[in-house]
Amino acid sequence: MIKMEVTRFRPGEDDAPIVQSYEVPLRKEWAVLDGLNYIKDQLDGTLSYRWSCRMGICGSCGMTVNGKPQLSCATFLTDYAPGPVRVEPLRNFPVIRDLVVDISDFMTKLPKVKPWLIHDGEVPEDEFLQTPREMDEYKKYSMCINCMLCYSACPVYALEPEFLGPAAIALGQRYNLDSRDDGALERRDVLASAAGAWACTFVGECSTACPKGVDPAGAIQRYKLTAAVSALKDFLLPRGARR
Amino acid sequence: MSRRSPEPLVWLLFSGGGMAAALLVPVLLVLFGLAFPLGWLPAPDHAHLLALVGHPITKLVLFGLCALALFHWAHRFRYTLYDGLKLKQASTLIIVVCYGAALAGSAGAAAVLLMA
Repeated sequence: MIKMEVTRFRPGEDDAPIVQSYEVPLRKEWAVLDGLNYIKDQLDGTLSYRWSCRMGICGSCGMTVNGKPQLSCATFLTDYAPGPVRVEPLRNFPVIRDLVVDISDFMTKLPKVKPWLIHDGEVPEDEFLQTPREMDEYKKYSMCINCMLCYSACPVYALEPEFLGPAAIALGQRYNLDSRDDGALERRDVLASAAGAWACTFVGECSTACPKGVDPAGAIQRYKLTAAVSALKDFLLPRGARR
Repeated sequence: MSRRSPEPLVWLLFSGGGMAAALLVPVLLVLFGLAFPLGWLPAPDHAHLLALVGHPITKLVLFGLCALALFHWAHRFRYTLYDGLKLKQASTLIIVVCYGAALAGSAGAAAVLLMA
């Protein structure tokens, strides 16, 4: 058995979050999420948390495990033996109940970077051809599962909630770097704003926390260079020669 | 941010300063801090070094390194004060002090190099 210390907050019942301890079986193939499912099924049906796929794709089971933002389906109990394992909601987000956080801030910011292909000119009738090298340019950034671990890890987002944030900027870059996309100029006002890439101070915790190897910090620094060069061009070149 | 914001410019100076310092400072430190004093390499005499520093290209490189490294410090220190010490309310003062110090330091470096 291993002890799981789970943060509970039941609106209307608790004035502040409290910690509740549960003993769950320590099995080598059990993730933290399996422990929570055991608690929910066997010990306490009132525990609330989000999960879906159990395989690191859906991005819904992000939690703070022993102080670090983690996907609870990809974090194994045996790695924390003999315990206890502290399970808290994702930091930097308002808590709705227990381990469930309010993600509406991220959901509002995400569409602002227009994370979809914006194509000028005609769309080819068949496939949109792309070389492997062109795909390598953005593929890493396309692995984002919107789990928000990067927002939870980001100290800038903690201080400045208006910061567009790691995942949203990395997703903007994912489309900017796509050879099929012509939307960089449309995304620029949001990405290159004070609350966009320029708010990032390159702490790098987002890339450490990312469970999919997206490297949002790297994406943001690359974008800063792009934005800085465009700003210099705006400053130095006549109107017609910009872009 | 308006298109006229100086943030991209100071970030370019910060970025360039970080790169220049990372590439050049370790070389200079190893040469003048270890290799010459410990006799790993024959140390150049004073007249030789003075002639080297007197060359316009050396002056330009050294000035670039000093100025860029100072602006790198200024930018980083500004954000350290903002976020580390949570002093963002005093941002105008911090900007003036940080970049002002970098400007003054660069002017000092230019003066020393021009006199060499």
